[in-house]
Amino acid sequence: MMNRINQKLQEDKKLLSIYFTAGYPELDNTVTIIQNLEESGVDMIEIGLPFSDPIADGPTIQASSTQALKNGMTTDVLFKQLKDIRKSVNIPLIIMGYFNPILQYGVEAFCKKCAEIGVDGLIIPDLPVDVYYEAYKTTFEKYGLINVFLITPQTSDKRINFIDSISNGFIYMVSSASVTGSSSGFGDEQTQYFKRIADMNLTNPQIVGFGISDNKTFLQATQFSKGAIIGSAFIKHLTNKAVNKIRSFVKSIRD
Amino acid sequence: MLYNINEKGYYGEFGGAFIPEMLYPNVEELRQNYLKVMAEPEFQKEFNQLLKNYVGRPSPLYFAKRLSAKYNTNIYLKREDLNHTGAHKINNTIGQILMAQRLGKKRIIAETGAGQHGVATATVCALMGLECIVYMGEIDIARQAPNVARMKMLGATVVPALSGSRTLKDATNEAIRDWINNPVDTHYIIGSVVGPHPYPDMVARFQSVVSEEIQWQLKEQEGKTKPDYVVACVGGGSNAAGAYYHFLDDTNVKLIAVEAAGLGVDSGESAATSALGKEGIIHGSKTLLMQTNDGQITEPYSISAGLDYPGVGPMHAHLYKTGRAEFISITDDEAMKAGLELCKLEGIIPAIESSHALAIFEQKKFKPNDVVVLSLSGRGDKDLGTYINYFKL
Repeated sequence: MMNRINQKLQEDKKLLSIYFTAGYPELDNTVTIIQNLEESGVDMIEIGLPFSDPIADGPTIQASSTQALKNGMTTDVLFKQLKDIRKSVNIPLIIMGYFNPILQYGVEAFCKKCAEIGVDGLIIPDLPVDVYYEAYKTTFEKYGLINVFLITPQTSDKRINFIDSISNGFIYMVSSASVTGSSSGFGDEQTQYFKRIADMNLTNPQIVGFGISDNKTFLQATQFSKGAIIGSAFIKHLTNKAVNKIRSFVKSIRD
Repeated sequence: MLYNINEKGYYGEFGGAFIPEMLYPNVEELRQNYLKVMAEPEFQKEFNQLLKNYVGRPSPLYFAKRLSAKYNTNIYLKREDLNHTGAHKINNTIGQILMAQRLGKKRIIAETGAGQHGVATATVCALMGLECIVYMGEIDIARQAPNVARMKMLGATVVPALSGSRTLKDATNEAIRDWINNPVDTHYIIGSVVGPHPYPDMVARFQSVVSEEIQWQLKEQEGKTKPDYVVACVGGGSNAAGAYYHFLDDTNVKLIAVEAAGLGVDSGESAATSALGKEGIIHGSKTLLMQTNDGQITEPYSISAGLDYPGVGPMHAHLYKTGRAEFISITDDEAMKAGLELCKLEGIIPAIESSHALAIFEQKKFKPNDVVVLSLSGRGDKDLGTYINYFKL
């Protein structure tokens, strides 16, 4: 069976992917948030496995991670919460987490568990491309998991081509040199970068993340790419509003 | 057995560069250039001149006569406490500021815990006229006020780290985030032999002047270049890396690493990483670190602000794993007592970090003809408040 991420990427539309931190705002919100996101028409979900020291994240996601850990979120708890998720949810699910908690769980055990649950892919920002390629690629493939790599405006063409050659889903295109949640709107510099990457005609489609918070930035980000990821803006929405008001947030991005 | 770094940036199984792609260009630029730049004769000349005329090197190797008599062995103190700014930290910041200049960087960032590395960084930035931003945990800012004032007087901007546990590890996270946000014009001066490759190796090389001097100073005084033991305290491990460096592959020289046990290794309030840590990833390096079973990094404790880092440099993880160095942990009480003893016996007020190293003489017996070189990494001025509180002075 084709991985759900690859199926989704074949659809003729711009994809909206939403990130949230598991265990936030309440420990047991995970399944409700996922179900609501799918019902609201989101195409893909990144479930954040919280980490004490998320160095690629800005204040919003860091604070949600700290709170989630305080609420009692752990790798085991998350897997337990997701046990029956495929009975109710069909869209691709990706776990995004830092490498240390996965290393402590055991990389193979972690991959196996993801496959059992029906998780389709992983994003591990601090697992370097070369280490993945030499040590873990075989394991990920054995369990049918797609590993998603990041590129930034500073990533060289040579490196982008290498990343493209070992990817089998999509490339996570970081919009600017920044941590998550820190940009407000895109300028010419970003547009040129989006276009430059589009012109490379890579094998894997690109989905843009970092700095997308509303309809305007979503449209800008997807002009030259397959889709966009929203994280911090959604976390802020969860902080301010109830979990059951997800539909209005998603609608505001799409329209 | 090879104890120094290999060509891939690992000490045995430890080290590497586990960093997000956003940091890759910065770290890669440094990795490609650091050895080349350090080998340039002009760089060497400027580095050595500043160490001599600005820092005050060589630092004395002092035979501690009364301390030696008390413990019935031969104890030499490597007086890094006499360096400008009061600790070994300046050796590294001098090296890195010259590196930053040659890489064309205009803006310097650093993390600091107790403030010693922050002061050493602010100092070299003032010396070179470069902008300096120091990240410091909100809690550390409150308890290290004199060093915060020093940094400000030296022209640095001190930015409080408000996230997580608001101490050294969070200050390091904030500095890393700053570097991600400023990928072109900024150099990050890491203060210890931690972080992604090439930092552990680069910092160890800048600190290696310590063991280089020990060799010829010992030759002058003892007629031999090699001590029987080298003793140093380990937080991240930069003063130990410097003191061990030229002896790493000579197993006739025994290495002793002293960690902070805090209130006791099993008390839950400790920073003894080798005893309590497991292999994992912290700040871009695979090493030993204190963490929960679930892989969340925990907050260490020590009375010494310079030793309460939850990890240890990958070199030291390797020295521990291979048994090349003996690791000893010393409690707050043992360290404070040893610090006061040095004051009374030798007229030297040590930093509390160094007091941990001094405390091993109560635990470990040395032979009367052993030559023990101990890295006295810093002076106690910064710790006066802690000494006053502890001894009710």
